[in-house]
This record gives sequence, structure tokens and C-alpha cells, in this order.
Amino acid sequence: MTTGRLGWAPYALLIPSLVFLALFFLWPMIGAFGLALQDTDGTWSLASIERMLADQNFGNALRTTVLLVVLVLPIQLFLAMSMALIVNARLKGSGLWLYVYALPLGISELAAAIVWLSIFRQTGWLNSVLQTIGIIDRPIIWQSQENMWVLILLVVIAEAWRATSIIMIILVAGLQSIPPEYMEAAEVYGAGTWQKVRRVILPMLRPALQVALILRTILAFQVFATVIALAGTGQVVALAQEARRWAVNLNNDNVAAAYAGLILILSIVSTLLFLWLLPTREEQQV
Amino acid sequence: MTADATTPTLRRRRIGRRRLLSRALLYVVATLLALFILAPIYFIFVSAITPPEIALTEYPRQLVPREVSLDTIIFFLNAAGVLDSFWRSVWVGLITLVLALLIGAPAGYALARYAFRGKSAYRLAVVSTRAFPIVILAIPLAVTYIRLGIDDTIIGVALMHTALALPFTILITSSVFVSVPRELEEAAQTLGCHPLQAFLRISLPLALPGLAAAAIFTWVISWNDVFAASILTFTEPTLPARILSALTQSRVTFQFAAGFIMLIPSIVVIFFIRRYLLGLWGRVVK
Repeated sequence: MTTGRLGWAPYALLIPSLVFLALFFLWPMIGAFGLALQDTDGTWSLASIERMLADQNFGNALRTTVLLVVLVLPIQLFLAMSMALIVNARLKGSGLWLYVYALPLGISELAAAIVWLSIFRQTGWLNSVLQTIGIIDRPIIWQSQENMWVLILLVVIAEAWRATSIIMIILVAGLQSIPPEYMEAAEVYGAGTWQKVRRVILPMLRPALQVALILRTILAFQVFATVIALAGTGQVVALAQEARRWAVNLNNDNVAAAYAGLILILSIVSTLLFLWLLPTREEQQV
Repeated sequence: MTADATTPTLRRRRIGRRRLLSRALLYVVATLLALFILAPIYFIFVSAITPPEIALTEYPRQLVPREVSLDTIIFFLNAAGVLDSFWRSVWVGLITLVLALLIGAPAGYALARYAFRGKSAYRLAVVSTRAFPIVILAIPLAVTYIRLGIDDTIIGVALMHTALALPFTILITSSVFVSVPRELEEAAQTLGCHPLQAFLRISLPLALPGLAAAAIFTWVISWNDVFAASILTFTEPTLPARILSALTQSRVTFQFAAGFIMLIPSIVVIFFIRRYLLGLWGRVVK
């Protein structure tokens, strides 16, 4: 190959991106932990972390964010698996199905939040449709601050809509990497659809599932715009929302960084958890 | 004899009917899932093209609008600061696009064309930065930006967005260059072209459509970002940052139009990058 003549070429091509990633990922990450471990006057102390822990919103934010992750993930996994199997079943116009299911991939959290706000508000589309078909006779207040679980449910639905595509895409790619001979063999031995899913597809899909779950969980810990739009600023608040509030409204970057550090730690812990729960074949051998 | 001959055909017919039924069921599920994705987009579209006086008072809302006008969207664009923010977002996106392609495309090319030591480590680094929490990057960067004097500037936000987009740009451009046959470039080199010349005259023109798709996607990543922009800008916010800060106080019609305007590029971009979707997210799984 070309390696002999221009052995240095790939490294030269990579250097700009490496420098940039170091400056904008590695450096801020170190900076965030530095900020979190300093007081507002710049002295090293745990004061900012203590302030975060003592804040009245902290418990709510941690609870809401973890609840959202735990509730939305199984729903998304089920939806994404169904979509991926449909795309893989090569129905007529399979490209179109993939396109439609992938649409939310490009939609920002804020846009999705506003879309669902137009659905869940009191005179919104959900009440309009329910009233038109005669299920209710006056609008229901979905976004009432009194019912935490309904508020969380609204966010879960919006998040399921916005962020299922990414899991679907990873699963479709995983499905396509399953050799067709495996499925044919299963068919020859008389496996039904459900058996094929359970005995062939799911085991072969394990690496894809692992990647999808890790990626989606990390992104779910960063949720904030859908929570602001649908649940407001009462008892249902998100960790990233609190980080933003401390940075923008309260002008305290140290406590904001403490929140950011917490989100990073949660992301790392959940990644390790999935690596441990769903070992792929190479990891099992080690 | 006759019984033996008919039984298999009967059974085949029965299996055929069952298969037809499950095929029909598959179409039903596929359509329901597609409706779940498309209905909210349709709702916000109808909300945005309904005249404000109807959108504000009508209940239950009609699924087919009785009257169509651009007043809601014009009202939004004329609201204080919106047009400024709109153009700022467009520019931030364009600067991000140029920076990300300048830094990312060479790396993508190196990944696609060369075998070199540390390649899988580099790929892993890129893939993991893609899942990195924005929260932890934005807050320390805001502090650094104030020190450097680029807080609240277009270039400051664009640099942050370049960091967010770079992993995607590298992965898309890499899959674009993989799809351009290496043999053509090698043939040009044996005919006396310098490697750079071979790249510029052979590979680059063939890769252009794919690079354009990568560019559009990079632009949308910037266009979609709310969190970083709302931390890094104060007096001169990007469009999503302005919409977010106005979200709770703004009129409903303002929200409808805002959601719709933010949504349009997202839908268009998925169409342009549909060929690269699987490579973008799926390639992680070997």
C-alpha cells in the first residue's frame, strides 16, 4: 500500500483534528473538574460541590434525570427494535420507512420540545383530538405542577419521539451485519418469527445493542430543553437544566461545573454498567 | 396417493396465507410507527400556517386548517431580535461547516485510505468524543472565552460547535472516501501524478456530493445546538438560544413559528444524508 512511500502522511492528516479535540474536549474536561473543586473566589475547596448537594433543586434534578433515563430507555429500545425489524424486513419502499423513522435524528431538542408543547398544552392537539372524537368533553390540564408523574410521562413521550431514531439506526446497521445464512438455517430448522428474533437476532445484535444503550443513556443524562418546555421549573427539573441555571441565571460557574461533573460521572458509570451487563464475545473471552 | 399430493400444497397454501397475514400486520405496525413520527411534525406545521387569531382562540383545533396564512411566521420573524439571531445562527453554522471540514475531512481521508499504527485508537477516541456531554464542555469554555475576550461572539460559538460536529464530520467524510475507489487514485499515481494531484483531480471530484452531505449535516449540528449557545452568548444569542430564553414568556404563536422554523433544516438534512446514516451511526459495530 501507500504506507511505504508516505508513512508520515496519515499522521499529518490527523494532527489538526487531534489538536482541536484536545483543546475542546480534554482541556475543558480538566477545566470542569478544576472549577467544580474551587470556591467562587478561586480557592481549592469542596464548597461548590457542597452547595450543589445542599441546593433545594438538587434532589429533584437527580431524581427526575435518573427516572427519565430508566423510564424512557426500555420504551425506546422496544420502539427502535420494531422500527429496525421493519426496515430490515424490506417492505415496499424500505428506503422511505428508514427515512421517516430517521427524521427525528436531525431535530433539535428545543424544536422537539416546542412540537410537543403544541400537543400537550391545554388547548393543544392532544386535547383537540380527544375532544373531537368525543373521549373528553373539556380540555385536560396535562402540564399541571401537581402531578409529577404526568409531567414525567409527557417528557418521556417527547424524548421517545425525538431520540429513538439513533437507536434504530444502530440496530439496523447491526441487523444488516447478520449473515443471511444464519436466518436461512433457522428457517430450515423450522424456527418461527419469534424464535428467530430470540435465538438468532438478539444474540447477534448484542454489540449493536450495547453501543446503542451506552450512547442513548449518555445523551439522556443531558436532557434539558424538553423538561424546561413541558415540565417548567417546579419539582420536575433536569441536571443539565440546573447546570445551565447556575451558569446563566446565578452566574456561578463553579456549581454549574459541579453539576457538569456529576453528569459526566453518571455517564461513565452507566457505560461501565452496560459493558458489564452486556458483554460482547471478545469481552467474555478476556 | 392423491391425499399425499394435496396435503403439502394445502399446507403450503396455509403457510402462504399466514405469511400474507403477518406481512399485512407488519405494514400496519410500520404505518402506526410512521404516524407517531409524522403526526407531531404535521401538528406544528398546521400550527405555524394558521393565522394567529385562529391559532390563539380556536378549540378544539382543526386537523385540516380552515384558513392558511404566513402571518404567524412573519410575526415571529419580525419579533425583536429574531431576524438578527436567525442570521447569526446561519453564520455560526457556516463558520462551523468550514472549520469542521478543513480539520475533519483530512482525518476522514486518512482513516479511509491508510493503514497506520494507532488507527483503531484514534477511531475510538473520535467515537467516544461523539458521546461526550456538552454540558461539561460549555461551562469551562465560557470561563476561558471571557479570559480570551471571545465570549458572546460568533467565532466563539462556532469554535464550540466545531468541536461538537468534528467527530461526525470525520466519520462521514471517512465513509465518503471509502466509497471512492482507491484504484482510480493509484492508477493516476502510476501514470505520473503526485499523490496530492491524484487526490485533487480524481478523488475530490468523486467525493464532492458526499462531502456536501457532510457539510450540510455539520451545519445542522450547529443550527440545532441550544445548550452551548445559551451558555456562551448573552447579548447576541443564536436563534435557539433566543427562543429558549423567550420560551416561557412568549406568545403561543411565537412558539409555533419558532418550532417550525427550527424544524425545516432538520427534515431537509436527513434527506440529503440518508445514504450515510448507517455509516454515521452504525459503523461503530464491526
